[in-house]
Amino acid sequence: MNTWKNTRKNSRPTIAAGLLVAASFALTGCGTTAGATDAAPVGESVTLADGWVKAADSGMSAAFGRLTNEGAEDATVISATTAASTELELHETVANETGEMVMREVDGGFVVPAGGSRDLAPGGDHIMLMDLVEPLQAGDEVTFTLTFADGSTSEFTAPVKDYSGANENYVGGDDHGTGTDGTETDG
Amino acid sequence: MPAPDRRTGRSGSTRRQFLLGGAVAGVGAAAAVGGDALLRAVAAEPPPAPPHGESTVPFFGPHQAGVATDAQAHGLFVALDLLDGTDRPALTRMMRILTDDAARLTRGEPALADSEPELAAAPARLTVTFGVGPRFVGRARGRAPGWLGPLPAFGVDRLQPDFSDGDLLLQIAADDPLTVAHAARMLLKDTRSFATVRWRQQGFRRAHGTVRPGTTMRNLFGQVDGTVNPVPGTPDFDEVVWSTQGWLAGGTSVVVRRIGMDLDRWDQLDRSGREQSVGRYLGNGAPLTGSREDDEPDFEATTEIGFPVIPEFSHVRRARSDDPAERIFRRSYNYDDRPVGDGISLSGLIFVSYQADVDRQFVPIQRRLDRLDLLNEWTVPVGSAVFAIPPGCDEGGFVGETLLG
Repeated sequence: MNTWKNTRKNSRPTIAAGLLVAASFALTGCGTTAGATDAAPVGESVTLADGWVKAADSGMSAAFGRLTNEGAEDATVISATTAASTELELHETVANETGEMVMREVDGGFVVPAGGSRDLAPGGDHIMLMDLVEPLQAGDEVTFTLTFADGSTSEFTAPVKDYSGANENYVGGDDHGTGTDGTETDG
Repeated sequence: MPAPDRRTGRSGSTRRQFLLGGAVAGVGAAAAVGGDALLRAVAAEPPPAPPHGESTVPFFGPHQAGVATDAQAHGLFVALDLLDGTDRPALTRMMRILTDDAARLTRGEPALADSEPELAAAPARLTVTFGVGPRFVGRARGRAPGWLGPLPAFGVDRLQPDFSDGDLLLQIAADDPLTVAHAARMLLKDTRSFATVRWRQQGFRRAHGTVRPGTTMRNLFGQVDGTVNPVPGTPDFDEVVWSTQGWLAGGTSVVVRRIGMDLDRWDQLDRSGREQSVGRYLGNGAPLTGSREDDEPDFEATTEIGFPVIPEFSHVRRARSDDPAERIFRRSYNYDDRPVGDGISLSGLIFVSYQADVDRQFVPIQRRLDRLDLLNEWTVPVGSAVFAIPPGCDEGGFVGETLLG
């Protein structure tokens, strides 16, 4: 039950559309190699309920919620896009060699079992917004597009909320500008 | 949207199976004497009623909940001041978030980003009611009703800013104090970007189940308090309470006044003096001219030596108006706080009244009480605030949308 479901989309439709188009092109590029099956696109059977995004002035943030798969086959989220961030990653939270909880990009995406669900929550799996386009203020709405392994997509809109947690260290090795380790900006 | 009434693993059927299992074992031990009958009797027993904590009050609707709702045992009133930067778009963002929090919490679900989700599992008739002050309406670029603002100054008032005015009111009430505390914490975390807490008043009535439903509350003077009240669900109540004006249509107004009660001086007054000051018997709240609480007071009745039975200076006499428009709906709470100095009590009443029009309905009553009311000898208003209570909303909407939409 998500009272945000029927609400207006965020106020950046143009950028959103642009990103969506870009994403679809990319998907066409790699999605077709998977080989077509008769199964319905998983994007039609996967929803994200009770979604929310942590408020932040700049830098990184994260999105949470419960992914539910009503389909007969496992669904794998392989990527996410939103107009609110130039780059997104799918993250898991694990203990590093010193026992400290750190988050890192998940291998192989988020698998949502057929007929089951997967929680994205602070301290666990989440969708990481790597580089915010503008401040995310409490009460803003952000629309995300999830892309699945079969190339299908699913969209959800989630409100931004102030939240003091979700401050796990990020161990990112690659090239997203902010350097190596960092923590999320506190809203 | 279904309101879930069972949300824990403790379902009635499990409990029933357990009972049944025990019964079967007992039957075996008792050598099956009347075993069948016993088994049937136990099996037919209805499952135990779910705990009261699972009871919910619908959040969505034409009116906000928490006004016509039978008053819960615990009430918390929090007034906030808007931050300078909280402009009209920010008000919309805030009210959307708060509405979503309230809708979820009142049906026994955690709010989004609720860091203590288990505390949301027992709503216990939780209601969250939002009120707006003049600055809120101004920032929303709405038209404020003429009565929205501080009440006229009354001679009896000794108002403290710590308990007066405000831009946004949260009235949070439930039959469980932990539920109230959690809801307040959650809502206030979500107002932090928009507003600061100005004052906070915590009140109580009898605990749930202590007295029969519908029993008029008692205040800490021991008085039955709130007898003459319109009855929710009646046209009379609708007329007294609900506004029909502009963005406030379907809403109302609330007056929240903190009334200090001097229990030490009240102790010096004997029982008949106490009853004279109000005009009602302490035992059952009946007027001094009657025998039942709901008997109409007879202000014409006189004693053998010609004095009115219900004194002219009594609270009941002074509060009563010949003008039927001058009526309000009361929904007050007691408070009992930490005393100051060498006192042993700091107690009183969080007087709460709802009315469609404060100036037309509340102010005339308070003017009369201000001029003369024997009860003023033992009471002093130390806080006062007026808020407009916007109408309710449907799922997908938000409280305040008629002002901000």
